[in-house]
Amino acid sequence: MLSSILKKVKPSLLVNSRIITRTYATKEVTVRDAINSALDEELARDEKVFIMGEEVAQYNGAYKITKGLFDKYGGDRIIDTPITEAGFAGIGVGAAMAGTRPIIEFMTFNFAMQAIDHIINSSAKTHYMSGGKVFNPIVWRGPNGPPTAVGAQHSQCFAAWYGSVPGLKVVAPWSAADHRGLLKSAIRDDNPVVYLESELLYNYKFNLTDQEQDKEYLVPIGKAKVEREGKDVTIVGFSRIVSNCIEAAEILAKEGISAEVINLRTIRPLDAETIVNSLKKTNKLVTVEEGWSQSGVGAEISALMMEHAFDYLDAPIERICGADVPMPYASNLESAAMIQTQNIVNAAKRVTQRNK
Amino acid sequence: MISQASRVLTRLGRNNELKRALTNSLNNCNKSSPSIIRSFSSKKQELEEKDKFEYTNNLEVQELKHYIPCYTIMNQEGVVSKPEQDPNFTKEEVIKMYTTMLTLNVMDSILYDVQRQGRISFYMTSFGEEAIHIGSAAALEMSDTIFAQYRETGVFMWRGFTINDIINQCCTNEHDLGKGRQMPMHFGSRKINLQTISSPLTTQLPQAVGSSYAQKLAGENNCTIVYFGEGAASEGDFHAAMNFAAALSTPTIFFCRNNKWAISTPSKEQYKGDGIAGRGPNGYGMKTIRVDGNDIWAVYNVTKLARKIAVEEQRPVLIEAMTYRVGHHSTSDDSSRYRTVEEINAWKEGKNPISRLRNYMNHKGWWSDAQEKETIASARTSVRESLVNAEKQYKPSINEIFTDVYDKPTPALIEQQKELIEHLKLYPDEYPLNQFADSKLILKD
Repeated sequence: MLSSILKKVKPSLLVNSRIITRTYATKEVTVRDAINSALDEELARDEKVFIMGEEVAQYNGAYKITKGLFDKYGGDRIIDTPITEAGFAGIGVGAAMAGTRPIIEFMTFNFAMQAIDHIINSSAKTHYMSGGKVFNPIVWRGPNGPPTAVGAQHSQCFAAWYGSVPGLKVVAPWSAADHRGLLKSAIRDDNPVVYLESELLYNYKFNLTDQEQDKEYLVPIGKAKVEREGKDVTIVGFSRIVSNCIEAAEILAKEGISAEVINLRTIRPLDAETIVNSLKKTNKLVTVEEGWSQSGVGAEISALMMEHAFDYLDAPIERICGADVPMPYASNLESAAMIQTQNIVNAAKRVTQRNK
Repeated sequence: MISQASRVLTRLGRNNELKRALTNSLNNCNKSSPSIIRSFSSKKQELEEKDKFEYTNNLEVQELKHYIPCYTIMNQEGVVSKPEQDPNFTKEEVIKMYTTMLTLNVMDSILYDVQRQGRISFYMTSFGEEAIHIGSAAALEMSDTIFAQYRETGVFMWRGFTINDIINQCCTNEHDLGKGRQMPMHFGSRKINLQTISSPLTTQLPQAVGSSYAQKLAGENNCTIVYFGEGAASEGDFHAAMNFAAALSTPTIFFCRNNKWAISTPSKEQYKGDGIAGRGPNGYGMKTIRVDGNDIWAVYNVTKLARKIAVEEQRPVLIEAMTYRVGHHSTSDDSSRYRTVEEINAWKEGKNPISRLRNYMNHKGWWSDAQEKETIASARTSVRESLVNAEKQYKPSINEIFTDVYDKPTPALIEQQKELIEHLKLYPDEYPLNQFADSKLILKD
């Protein structure tokens, strides 16, 4: 089973590092290290910041994201908790109300469902319900979306869930620079921010420029990024799947189709403007997300484009999503349920060929 | 259970073996020996610590034998059984406590009727629990933070939340500190250090632990007190909060108002065992006191001691105050449908916390019938005047719909606001715009 995981992960890793090496050329880091360095720098910068979650201190985190931080900052600021998501989520909300800036790590966002009342009913609404007097500056972070070989209860994408809630900001970074810049922005933000990571991305390597390694490097929340310019079709994705979108664009390029790839980076507030501007150029759109299609991020983008860019559309928008089933465990079934690069390529071809 | 077990399995199986193998093979594993060695060595130390229980060769099933006693010092006649435990407040202080209790009682009666007349949408009375409110509030410092459930109006009044503050919130006018965003009785105020009341039951408990953890981190000499009912203690958040407070050793006072009824569910159907207090010492290793909630001096002494323990020892304390909810749960239910008038009257007349304090004052010669009449009349006037005035005020500005969703408005919020204002400009006569603050200014250009 392990070998099946490796087979799945390795090829996309190779593809990915190839792309990135070509773009930048300074320091190669994994996404894991990018998150870790951002946490470290923000803990050093502001003593009101602390990290709380299961296994985050002595064990350095279930995925080693908090490696070394317990040794550096001690047990008062890197806090291991009993196994009660509702407990440490509630404690985070209360501590934020009292003026601190907690970072709450969920071992995965699947487990955050046990604490979702605190995130939605308390964290997102505190500022509004207090008449603007009480802030709730929390970062809710952890891996989100399907990893591999962990079955239905560990393989969901919650971007659309949290993305529907006013009062929350929701980010889903892809590159190491995204992870650093968005995490630092999230920690410094006075609003609660849901920071969706991807377990499969943790080991991906990206190059960081000098600027991106800077302690003050911030990526603004609410701004998408055009990762690759093109003129025939726009492909929008977020988090890990952006790698597949770029891979698809390369395949399409060989067949003479020029695809623009937008890395959404923020789910809420959603940067409709960047997508509209791209659509004005390409007139065709494919949305890609690992979550389910109904009421998903792709559905939201499609509706926004109807409202803001209907006249620019030359073909119906295509949504590429995870299969509309709970994630199966067996690797052949799982592969079939997850998005493959070819699905994106096929969708891009369908929307571009419609117009010919 | 299944999810816990699967998580343990996941953690053991996936994280330790698969994850490590995966990361190793990708040549990306960050091997950090120092911290792992240290964590193992500290684990070893823990293992060597002696178990606190004894081993026995008697096979014996344990059952509840010892019920936690209920601390009380003043009987219904107002006589303090141990004079040295009388907190000995001055005449002025006691009169202030008593008049606050009486005012709360009068205000509750009027606002309950006002809701019935349809002038406010919702209300919750505190009948029967006045001694808990004033006794506990008097034992706290203003710098202590309060997380409340919803039936603690007297606590807020004692700390300086005025009748006007309460009625403006119930009428959701422009002077409502919450800008008309919450149901009546969901107060919040910086001035009295009260965190905004939240409707979902018991979420205030873990949040109070977080607040007290922040106080601990900042090295403050303060605590956080959190109020809740015995019904709320059935929520999972109760366990989460108690366990975390004990494990993190936070200066938190858990104040349970056991008023015997959770809407229509009596406490005997809410739990087995020794109430809420019974869970404290053995369940969570938490210092615990049970107190007669209708005895203001007992409540004061207990809360004072709990505060001392919380602040000086930096650890949580559980208080269970035994009382009775004399009123309905809220204006949304009729309690005569699920309990007898005899039961209500036994508490209302036989154990009334207000008359108990009045008897105490009578013994001292500090109170007369004339003062009683005058206080009630004056409270009635204040409440009625405040209500009439509150109803005349503007409602919050239309723009307040959109503020404070985030610290700064997002493009989507600005767009929504623009749409609404444009619509109102087109159809100003279709809406009661003159009822809202700043309408003329907003629709001017």
